[in-house]
Amino acid sequence: MSATFQGTTRKRPASTSRMLKALAFLTPAAVMILIFVFYPVIRTVQLGFQNFNLFDQTNIGYNGLENFRKLVEDPNFVRVLKNTFIWVFVSLFFQFTIGFGLALLMKKKFKFIGIYQGLIFIPWALSGFLMGLVWKWIFDESFGVLNDALLKLGLIDTRIPWLSNGNWGMAAVIIANVWYGVTFFVIMILAALQGVPTEMLEAAELDGANRFQTLFQVIIPYIRSTLILIVLLRIMWITNFPDLIFGMTSGGPAGRTHIISSWLIEKLTFDADWGAASALGLMTMLILFVFTLFYLMATRLEKESGV
Amino acid sequence: MLTAFGKGGKFTVLTIWLLFTVFPIYWMGLTSIKPKREVNDLYYIPNSGATLDSYRTLFRDYAFGIFLRNSLIVSLVASFIVIGLGILGAYALARYEFTGKSQIMLAFLATQMIPGLIALAPLYLLMQKLSLLNSLIGLTLCYVGGMVPFSTMMLRGFIQRIPPELDEAALIDGCNRFTALFRVVTPVALPGIAATFIFSFVQCWNELFLAMILIDSEGNKTFPVAMRSFIGGYWIEWGGLSAAVMVGIIPTVIIFGLMSKFMISGLSAGIVKG
Repeated sequence: MSATFQGTTRKRPASTSRMLKALAFLTPAAVMILIFVFYPVIRTVQLGFQNFNLFDQTNIGYNGLENFRKLVEDPNFVRVLKNTFIWVFVSLFFQFTIGFGLALLMKKKFKFIGIYQGLIFIPWALSGFLMGLVWKWIFDESFGVLNDALLKLGLIDTRIPWLSNGNWGMAAVIIANVWYGVTFFVIMILAALQGVPTEMLEAAELDGANRFQTLFQVIIPYIRSTLILIVLLRIMWITNFPDLIFGMTSGGPAGRTHIISSWLIEKLTFDADWGAASALGLMTMLILFVFTLFYLMATRLEKESGV
Repeated sequence: MLTAFGKGGKFTVLTIWLLFTVFPIYWMGLTSIKPKREVNDLYYIPNSGATLDSYRTLFRDYAFGIFLRNSLIVSLVASFIVIGLGILGAYALARYEFTGKSQIMLAFLATQMIPGLIALAPLYLLMQKLSLLNSLIGLTLCYVGGMVPFSTMMLRGFIQRIPPELDEAALIDGCNRFTALFRVVTPVALPGIAATFIFSFVQCWNELFLAMILIDSEGNKTFPVAMRSFIGGYWIEWGGLSAAVMVGIIPTVIIFGLMSKFMISGLSAGIVKG
């Protein structure tokens, strides 16, 4: 084996031609990415500083920071940011905690674990928008099964206006989002847990560590960099996941459940104000970028995993 | 922790989560087979009155067959192209060392930081220029572009785990790099390729906003877009809607159910280690 390997190594062509070959393999993918990912970003930057209304294309032109000014002065702006913050971090907290707990419970194989995983992982494969419609039906004030169950259990006396009140609305969309997103954490954390060497766990047991100590002093430090990375990925993903909200409330009532991304969709479709929508997209990117920098500094991820 | 709470506690928690997870789907399924008059009856128990009328209406009166077909075509074609381009790119990134490689990898990863939603307006304008508005071809191209970066990185992870001696041996046997990739590497990487394929199929199948903006005519609507116009009014007919939701989620549930074991290892390997 080593002989053949050396043989090919000797025959290796000069590095420029190797680079050309590699580039030939990469070109189709790279072209698609340039056209459909990087070009749109540049165009969005341009649109963000332009007056551009899809329905009135007579006076398209640069207008400086006008779009940003309009957004910041919008009475909805502060609430949208606040809602986004609540939506992201409350959802994340429950998704992570429940996901971690379930992953710990599933770490040791049990009978039918294959079927069990198949079933609880289903939300991952479902359309956020369609499941938003399903949750809308469950949360329906008059005919929804949830209010009925709460009444029957004696937990409430009057029906909760789940989707017609801003605060209850945020609670409802977050509950649905927790339902939707736990799967991701179970999959990722379970995989990470299975990577913890059994010798480490046995050693901890020999040292007389109880389960709590093993969890916090052995397991969590070992998978820390994975946890940091998936939490970051998820924060970005949840920020840009308006599908559920779109199905459940469309941001209503009166814009009370809008987050930054569902507001962007409304600006894009309902208002057809593409300048403002693009400016909002740029703000989202900037916020996420700054957040990522602070997050990585705070967690010092790069030191540990070489990312 | 587990000792404090025991095996019974463990299975109680797991069962509660299972019920919570499947309940919404069960509830939609139940609503979809209720006779029209009893749609709002929460205590309905399926009996001889249970009916598939809601489903029949969908296909007969609302042409949902066409929307399903459109979604299926776009998702399948886009996923096949993504896999093709992805394997080529992944092979280069897994097997070649060259100047600029780390910069290219960084560019691929950077795309994951870009919110897909900001591409909506630019892609509309681009498709307008290319006369591909309101066309399934245009939509497919956009999906491919959006999914290539992640799929390439995911596939790279799988190809890297195949020993390079395998393609070296194929080269000795007279293959060139290209044939070595398709005759030797691809078959070995098949489980990873399948996981990547399903991942991109599910993404396309569930995508709403781009399709909503690009597609206008009834005959070219994908399933989620059709659903959106279906619920357009103030009055929602829950019987029909729940049947439609069931039809819309069944394909991905089946695929995922059949392949879940595969997917789980594939996804976590691709994301965590890729």
